[in-house]
Order: sequence, then C-alpha cells, then structure tokens
Amino acid sequence: MALTRGFSGRSRGTHDTRLPPGQYDAGANWPVLHVESTPSIDTARWTFEVDGLVDSPARWTWDEIRALPASRYEGAIHCVTTWSKFGMRFDGVSVDTLLDIAGVGADAAFAVARSHTGYTTNLPLDDLTGGKAWVVWDVDGKPLDDIHGGPARLLVPHLYFWKSAKWVSGLTLLAEDRPGFWERNGYHDHGDPWLEQRYQGD
Amino acid sequence: MTAVDRGAAPHPGPWQTARVNGIRRETPTAKSFTLTLSEPRAFWPGQHMIVRLTAPDGYRAQRSYSIASAPSESAELDLTVELLPDGEVSSFLHDAVEVGDVLDVRGPIGGHFAWDLRPALGVAGGSGIVPLMSMLRRARALGEPDLFRLVASVRGPEDLYYATEVGGPQTSIVFTRTVPDGYARPPGRLTAPDLAAALDTDRELYVCGSTAFCDAATRLAVAAGVPTGRIRVERFGVTG
Repeated sequence: MALTRGFSGRSRGTHDTRLPPGQYDAGANWPVLHVESTPSIDTARWTFEVDGLVDSPARWTWDEIRALPASRYEGAIHCVTTWSKFGMRFDGVSVDTLLDIAGVGADAAFAVARSHTGYTTNLPLDDLTGGKAWVVWDVDGKPLDDIHGGPARLLVPHLYFWKSAKWVSGLTLLAEDRPGFWERNGYHDHGDPWLEQRYQGD
Repeated sequence: MTAVDRGAAPHPGPWQTARVNGIRRETPTAKSFTLTLSEPRAFWPGQHMIVRLTAPDGYRAQRSYSIASAPSESAELDLTVELLPDGEVSSFLHDAVEVGDVLDVRGPIGGHFAWDLRPALGVAGGSGIVPLMSMLRRARALGEPDLFRLVASVRGPEDLYYATEVGGPQTSIVFTRTVPDGYARPPGRLTAPDLAAALDTDRELYVCGSTAFCDAATRLAVAAGVPTGRIRVERFGVTG
C-alpha cells in the first residue's frame, strides 16, 4: 500500500485497539445515514414478526414485545462510513428470545430483516443467535429517536451498522442467502468490521 | 429522448492510485480535486469514491467523497471536499495535498442515489450539491439539460459551490440568509413554491444535504404531491 506524502495521522497517542481497521472514533457524535425519508411510526400500530422457516410464525405488538424478558447491550457500534462509537447502552429483547418462541426450522441458515419503510438487510442466522443480536427501543436510557430507527431497531453490533435495520418490522428465516437493499447495491453480505467486509468482494 | 441507463450502477473495483491533477477552491470551506485514475472506472452521477490516507506507521484514515464531475471518456474525475471541523481527512486534503500527489482511492460506491437519466429534480442543501452537480453536468453534456433540474439552498452567495457554472434555466438558487444585490427572491428557507416551480409530472427527486435539510425538503416534496417512492435521499452526516 502506498504511503500518503505528508500524512502522519492526527496526534492519536497509542492506537486505540477497540477500533476495527479503517474506523475512527466519532466521540459524542452519532452520525445519521439512511436513504428513506425519516418515518414516524405509531407504537399503537407497530408490530414485529418472525416468519419463514420457523415452527410457527410469531407476531408481537408493542406492548407484547416489551413484556418479554429484557436484555441489554453495552459496547461499541461500527458504521461502514468509517465511524465507530463506544460506550453505547441499548435496551430491548434478545433475538434469541424471539426465535425461541417461533422455533427455528431445521433448514434455516440465513435471515432477511425488514423495516416498516421497506428497507431490507440479510444476515447469516449464526450472527443473530447466541446473544449477539437484539431488537432495541432504548438507547442510553431514553427512547430511540425516529432518526436512529425508533421506536425499535435491530441491533447486531458485531457487524457494520447497516445490518442493524432501523424501524425494524420483522425477520424472515431462509435456507439460502438473499441480499438486502445495500447488499444488492454493492455492499457485503456479511459485513464483519474486523475483516473490513465493506463491499462485495472484500 | 436519451435512453435510460440500463441495469445497476457500476460497482467498486479494487483499490488503485490516483494522481491529483488540479485543485480548485469552490468556497472558503470547499475545494475540488481533479484526480487521474490509474485504472479508469465507469460511474454514474450520484456515486462516490473513497479516499484513503496511509501514514508511515501503517495508520490509515479513509472517507467517502461524492463525485462532482460528469462521467466522461477520460480517466479524470472531480471530488469536492468540504472542510469539516476536526475533519482528519478533509483537513489533510485541504491543507497538505498538492498537485502531483498520489492518493489511494476506490470506487465508485453507491447504488441507490445513482442517476439513471430518467427526468429528475435535484434538491441540494449546502455541500449536498456535489453529487447533484455531477447529474447537472451530465444532462448538459448530453445536450438535454432539462433532464435534470436543480434547486440549491445555501446560506449566502459566498457559500455557493460551482458559482460560475451552476446557473442556468434549469437551476434555481435559494439563499437562506443573504442574497446577492438585486436578487428577486428574499432570503429564507426552502419553501413549497420553490419546489413547485421546478416540478412537473413524473420527475424523480434526488435530495442531498444535512439530515435536517433532507427531512424538511422531503416533507415539502410529499406535500407537493411527489410519491415517497420517487424520492431518494442522501444525508451528509458528520463523517470527518
């Protein structure tokens, strides 16, 4: 790789080992990137569904999903546009809890998450299970804003943040991978920030 | 009528080097960099490139910048870079990079905001004009300027990018704070009539700017009867 003449990087002391390659610490900022107009979703009409290759499709209302056992994530998030953010605290429900209720079918290996806006993103099922993924409605103790995906978004913090679908409305379990919105537009099917899987072919 | 570009927007190739062939100041906080790619790649207006800087100790920083030039047969393209407060990459590009320097780049990136030549209206807030300028230049280069109309909102005349080039029958500028001498429209934020004047039937909308600008512009467009499915939005956040 070519060195850039004159570039030493800003004074950064020791390298922050929490940062995946090519990422920077956004500090207190939480940049916003989505392609839809920001929707305003009424929790009275909000639902979340798990369907596809499951034993019995399941559907929760806002009150029903919030009555499930609570689960918290504390840690970092990483956006493909190169910012990372540390010390985040999200509260919601573990995707494991939702999948246990629906019952994962024997052939299920992938999932497509969908949003109330029509946004989709695909993930291997293994990245949604084992305490690695949540549906969350609070961040740092406050309800999630519309612009950050409120009332509820998917949270898969070990993958680039476009996998954490805003305004999430459901998961469909599949036997084969089916690329979602960004993935059809050249972004990676998996999206592991530590492997810098930003774009198709990485 | 020009045929619509078929299929999907071009995908990024591998990392490559690009030589800085020209640097132009657009505003007090924006510069355009003309790059010559070592391996030219096709792109559509609305796509962006990644620029990666590498320090001697292996430290790297990379950011995405929209392409401002129109697609052409040449290996050159223009990126316009806004200098951001504390922007590690933008401040290096503004303050340290000179003509003749070589940068690592990759692209083009982005499919949803790429323009396929269907009649469109661009709505730009501030630096959000950059990808829309590529569309405007493309339409003009094709000799079909009405394929792309532009409404650009800026605070004052000194904040307008591409000031000597952007004006024309298909362009209207909204000054929100200060207007040039003799300008008919008083200063003020984008309004429904500003959009209505540029809208006719069946235009695709490309909205680019800050989150607040994009949401305001989108609300105006929806109120003017544009279906949400025809509105594409690209938000410029704090990305250094």
